[in-house]
Order: sequence, then structure tokens, then C-alpha cells
Amino acid sequence: MLRLREGSPWTGLWAVFFKELADHLSSIRIRLLEVLIALSALGAVYTASQTLRQTVSEDPFLFLKLFTTEQDPLPSFVAFLSFFVPLAAIALGFDALNGEYGRNTLSRVLAQPIYRDALLFGKFLAGLATLGVVLLALFLLVAGLGLLFLGVPPGGEEVGRALLFLLATLVYAGIWLALAILFSVLFRQPATSALAAIAVWLFFTIFWGIVAQLLAQALRPVDPFNPESALANAQALLFLSRFSPNTLYAETILVLLNPAVRSLGPVLFTQLEGALIGTPLPLSQSLLLAWPQLTGMLAACTLLFTLTYVLFQRREVRA
Amino acid sequence: MVIETHDLSKRYGRVVAVEGLNLQVGEGEVFGLLGPNGSGKTTTILMLLGLTEPTSGTAQVLGHDPVREPLSVKRQVGYLPDSVGFYGEMTAWENLRYTTRLLGLPRLEAEKRIGEVLERMGLADVAQRPVATFSRGMRQRLGLAEVLLKRPKVAILDEPTLGLDPEAALEFLAMIRGLKAEGITVLLSSHLLHQVQAICDRVGLFHRGRMVLVGTVRDLAERVLGGAYRIRLRASAGASLAERLKSLEGVGALRQQDGSWYLEARRDLRPELARAVLEAGGELLELGLEEPSLDEVYARYFQEVRHAEAA
Repeated sequence: MLRLREGSPWTGLWAVFFKELADHLSSIRIRLLEVLIALSALGAVYTASQTLRQTVSEDPFLFLKLFTTEQDPLPSFVAFLSFFVPLAAIALGFDALNGEYGRNTLSRVLAQPIYRDALLFGKFLAGLATLGVVLLALFLLVAGLGLLFLGVPPGGEEVGRALLFLLATLVYAGIWLALAILFSVLFRQPATSALAAIAVWLFFTIFWGIVAQLLAQALRPVDPFNPESALANAQALLFLSRFSPNTLYAETILVLLNPAVRSLGPVLFTQLEGALIGTPLPLSQSLLLAWPQLTGMLAACTLLFTLTYVLFQRREVRA
Repeated sequence: MVIETHDLSKRYGRVVAVEGLNLQVGEGEVFGLLGPNGSGKTTTILMLLGLTEPTSGTAQVLGHDPVREPLSVKRQVGYLPDSVGFYGEMTAWENLRYTTRLLGLPRLEAEKRIGEVLERMGLADVAQRPVATFSRGMRQRLGLAEVLLKRPKVAILDEPTLGLDPEAALEFLAMIRGLKAEGITVLLSSHLLHQVQAICDRVGLFHRGRMVLVGTVRDLAERVLGGAYRIRLRASAGASLAERLKSLEGVGALRQQDGSWYLEARRDLRPELARAVLEAGGELLELGLEEPSLDEVYARYFQEVRHAEAA
């Protein structure tokens, strides 16, 4: 006897969404993150415009250089973002559900005529919307400052690339948000889930590169007399490092913001026959190049969220 | 029947939380689920609300199955969890407003109801204060306000008087009695038997996941304590009083404590007792009927169970 449960799982979704959004936007942690990110944006724009003024010349994609130019000791805006976005996402998600347990509000909220789905989706979407608002504001800030410093308006394709870059950043943020919410279901203490999420982030930021190198060396050792083995090694390394969302994100934005990038893996000389090195790709081709990476990030995000969903549905309400 | 269960059971692995529960609560009744902590009361409540799935058996609340139609059940059933929590940084009003959004009430209706329930629970003055500054008693009243917000047909209250000082507890019990006057069916759980026995029409006593006794307090007293009438007698008595009392017809257990006699009798023996004291040449100082206490029922029942187990 299989009967469907009544009603829609979305009942109450927007109530949860707007409450969480209001909580996020008025919370102290988002203030701190805003200050940090705004400072980094200012720094990045300043260095970029300083460097760019000296080499202004003939770059058709000057506007995009705003995001990617770096000058020691300051990294580029993109580098700043890839560092801060995971932290911001973790900060918004790490106490999403264990916080409700801790405050004894979960059973009261779930006794209202809503499903758990609404609570979980509402929280996730609110976190994503908050990150979206912050990212958009930040992006406009950088773009606006760039216009002031450089005085060169962006072309249509540049705006398209910049918006896609924003979208990719949001998907990347979604991965870390989903991870943080997953840990908030797994661990009862908010401190534990925050630490666990940061540990995962550190692992992928610092250690995965090293591990991937060691593994690639072990699986496909480089034979100095066999150039094919060097290629196999490089490909294995690339394959392994792409398990990290950081790599996927870095590759995506590299392609989107650098129209001159034509490949993300090792390229053989034979493949370059007839190619005009340095000529920019059209947006559609760049998008095609970054498509697997984008899909991969989306898949990771969906996977983590689904796991969270299953675990949360099975969780007992009482603490 | 407003609430009805058939062989409702819940097991966590090998641990039995609730076993073979057959519960029936009629409309407008105040029913008490009573028993020590961990005897299955809260699990029962969560199953009735569809917040946890029964391992076997079925439940019907207002004609709906909580497993398959939880929204219909939760729309009409108010729930006050034990140690109820609110979002501390939000005000009482904002907390209730969130609930009305989850209920899907339109704005004007919601604001009208919030005003009403806050007024009724005596929280109108503190409506704009963050809940973090509230005392336990105020939080509990805010919880009941939230229950009323739904205009429920059934109110389920889990340990409503736990952690309240005696005065606040009495006040809170009076509010629960107010619900009954409105025709709301109340199911409450408590381990503080003496506090809630006065307001329950019927009670079910829980022990290790089973509801072992069910009925009115008086019924249970009669069944378990042997005599429905418990009489307290104080007399400056002659030596032969004990003999005389024992020989009276209808006297059950008899014990002396702190200078008073406590008797259990099948009927009201007060006139006979007074006569007996006078005939024994003593002076009658005090003679009264005592309400049976649930604590005693409970203690006595489990004494018997233990004896039976030992035998």
C-alpha cells in the first residue's frame, strides 16, 4: 500500500527563505565578510589599475584584466575571491541546522504545517541568495572602480564573460554552502561543523595539490627516457587535481576571463599546427571549454545537497 | 474520537520507546500522559504529530493519518515542545510573525491573531522585546501563545510545567484549563503527577513504553489503592482505638503516621469513625476525606508490579 504524502514540499519555503535571508543580511558575520571582501576588492582594483596604466597598449579585453592582474605582494581580485568565497559560504551555513537543535526551535518549527524539505531548501537558497547579493555588489564595486581608474568602458562580450564568471563563482560558493549545511546536519555542535568544513577547505586548498602530485607520481611514474610517460604523468596529475572544487573553479574562471586560453591540459606541438597563438576565442568557444568544469561544480553541489537532504529527512527531531 | 491509536509502537534498534499503544482521546477532553522521564511520552507525541515515524501500528488524529497527511494534522494541532525555544535575537512579535508565515496566514489576519494571543498570555507589554531576555515562564507562555495562533482543535503540550516555579506553574495550569473551556482537546504529558492531576479528565500512566493504566484519577485510585475513600483521622485516643477501627466493616489498609491515622475504605466511613472514637472514650480532633494522589497510585502500582516480578 503505497500512498503519496499530501500537499507540496514547498509549502512554507518562502517563509523560511525570507526569514533566513533577513537573518543573514543583518548578522555580524556577514558584516565582517563584507568588510574583508570590500577591502580586498579595493586592493585588487588599485594594483590592477596601476599595472594596467603602464601597459595599456592594445589589449582588446582590458576590462577583464581588472579581475586577473596581480602585482606582488597583492594577488588579483580573482585570487582573493577564490580564497574568500568558500569561507563566506561556510560562515553562512555551518550552523544552519544544528543551530536550530541548539536553540530548541526545530521541533516547534516542524510542528507547523510544512515539510522538512521547505526548511532545508529555504536555508540553502537563502544562503545562496545572500552570497549572490554580496558577490553582485562586490562585482559592481570592482567594475565601477575600474571604470573610474581606467576610463575604458567594457564591450558587450566582456560584460557577458564577467557575468558568467559571477555565475561560476556562485556555483562554487554553492558547493561550500552545501558542504557546510551537510556538516551542520552531521554534527551536533556548531563549532565542530565549522571546524570540519574549514578542515575540508584547507585540505583542498593546501594538501590536495601535494597529494595529487604524489599519487600521479606513483601511478604514472616519469621515465626520463620516455617522453610519453611524462605526458601520462601530467594527465594523471590533471585528472587527480580536478577532484578538488578549487581546481575546477580556477580553470573555469581562467577560461572565462582569459579569451586567449585555448586549452586546459597539456598541448602537443602537433596540435598547434595552424593555430594562431594568442588570438582570443569567441565567448561561445570559451564557454564550451569551461563547460565540463562548470558541470562538475554543479554536480558536486547537487550531490552534497542531496546527501544533506537524505540525512536530514532521517534525523530524529528530538535532540 | 479526536485521537486514536492502534498498537502504535516505536523501536530504536533494540530499544523499545513505545510498545502497543492503544490510546483514545475524545473531543474536549484533557488527557494526561503521565510517567517518568524516558517512559515513551514524548515519542508518542512526536508520532501523533508525524514528526517521527512509528515502527508499526497506526494513529489517527482528527481523522488524518500523521504519517501520510502530516500537513492536515499539523494545521489543526498545536504543539508546545518540552523546553520550547525561540529565536533569541528576534522579538516575541517577530517570532510569532514567522510562525504565521509558516502557517500561510495573510498579513492582516496574522497581525490580528498575534495581538490577540499576546494579550491573552499577558505578553502584550513585552511583545517588542527580544526573546533572549525572557524568563522561562514567559517563554512557556509565548509557546502557548504560538499554539493558540493556529486556532487549534487539539493542543499537545509536552511537560508544560517543567522548570516553572510553583506560582507560574499554577498560573499555566489555569491557562490550560482555559483551553478546555474553549472546547480544545488537550493532550499533555508530565512526570509531575501531582501538578497535573487536578486538570486532567483522564490520565494514562506510562511505564517503559507501555501505557499500563488508563482512566480517571478516581478510577485508578479505586483500582490500585483498593479503596476509593482515603480518610484521615486525628484523635486523642484510648488504647483500644486501633482495635476498634480495624473491626469496623469496610476498612481496608490502616496506618498511623505523625499522630494521624490513615484509612482506606470502600465507602465514606466518616460517621462510623466519629462514633467509634467517641465510644472508645477519645476526643475527635480532625476527620477528613483525602483526595487520592496520582503519585501514590503510581508508587503503589509499581510496588505491586515489582512484587509480582519478584515472585
